[in-house]
Amino acid sequence: MKMKLKTSLLFSLLSIIMLLLTHTNSWAQQDVPEMADAMRSNGKIFVVVLVLATIFAGIIIYLIRLDKKITNLEKNNIR
Amino acid sequence: MRQTWWKIICVALLTYTIIGGILLPVPARFIINESIRNLYFHVPMWFGMILLFTISFVYAIKYLRSGDIKDDFKSVAFIKVGVLFSILGMLTGMEWANYTWGEAWSNDPKQLATAVCMLMYFAYLILRGGMKDEEKRAKLAAVYNIFSFALMVPLLFILPRMVDSLHPGNGGNPGFNAYDLDSQMRLIFYPAVIGWFLLGLWMATLRVRIYYLQHQYENEA
Repeated sequence: MKMKLKTSLLFSLLSIIMLLLTHTNSWAQQDVPEMADAMRSNGKIFVVVLVLATIFAGIIIYLIRLDKKITNLEKNNIR
Repeated sequence: MRQTWWKIICVALLTYTIIGGILLPVPARFIINESIRNLYFHVPMWFGMILLFTISFVYAIKYLRSGDIKDDFKSVAFIKVGVLFSILGMLTGMEWANYTWGEAWSNDPKQLATAVCMLMYFAYLILRGGMKDEEKRAKLAAVYNIFSFALMVPLLFILPRMVDSLHPGNGGNPGFNAYDLDSQMRLIFYPAVIGWFLLGLWMATLRVRIYYLQHQYENEA
């Protein structure tokens, strides 16, 4: 179980680092559709990412625990 | 399906989808603006639903051939998760439409066809819920499942394409044209579809396992 969590944590960390590295450029544009670039440079978009990631992590932890519980029940039933 | 490797892949892909889907650059378009990112979350719900219903359809046929109650359990578990995905897809679609098409429900042909499709699958669950006898219920549900799948295909893939629609890929619309996903968006969209589908698969397998346990318990008691 611990191994699983560790591996998934490692994966998420890796992707975060990759994204931070790839997204260093911000565009300065005029007369183009308004996008949230300014908001992103102010750092606020990261708050949204954080919130989404938190909710997602919660759901995944819930699913992992449920999976574990069912596995336990199955083991007890087989005897 | 009790291995962990595909669950880890699922979590990794979805983590990438959430972070990359919000932070990586997208094409700048009028009207939809940043909401183009909904593509990574709203559309995979429908792809996931279709895949889950397809798996359920396969198990329905399998049940009719084998008569094994386990195939029936699988069939209904996939329907249940598919219905959840369809509800989420519908809600997210309406939220998105509210701010880009001007109203949540504009009687768009795809919206209507999907609503009909959802009602068919709701009826499946009600039909199942109303029957006590396990074997009878499984047989009827399997037959009904095959019919609704046969109807779902023209409802979702043919009818909306024959008329003008607000959805991309159907008619003229202000958003992005027929999946002109640029290569940047593809990099997130495809992993997103696979990730969300695997999540649905995971949820469905958990449900199947609960059904097995329930079945075992009832047979012992």
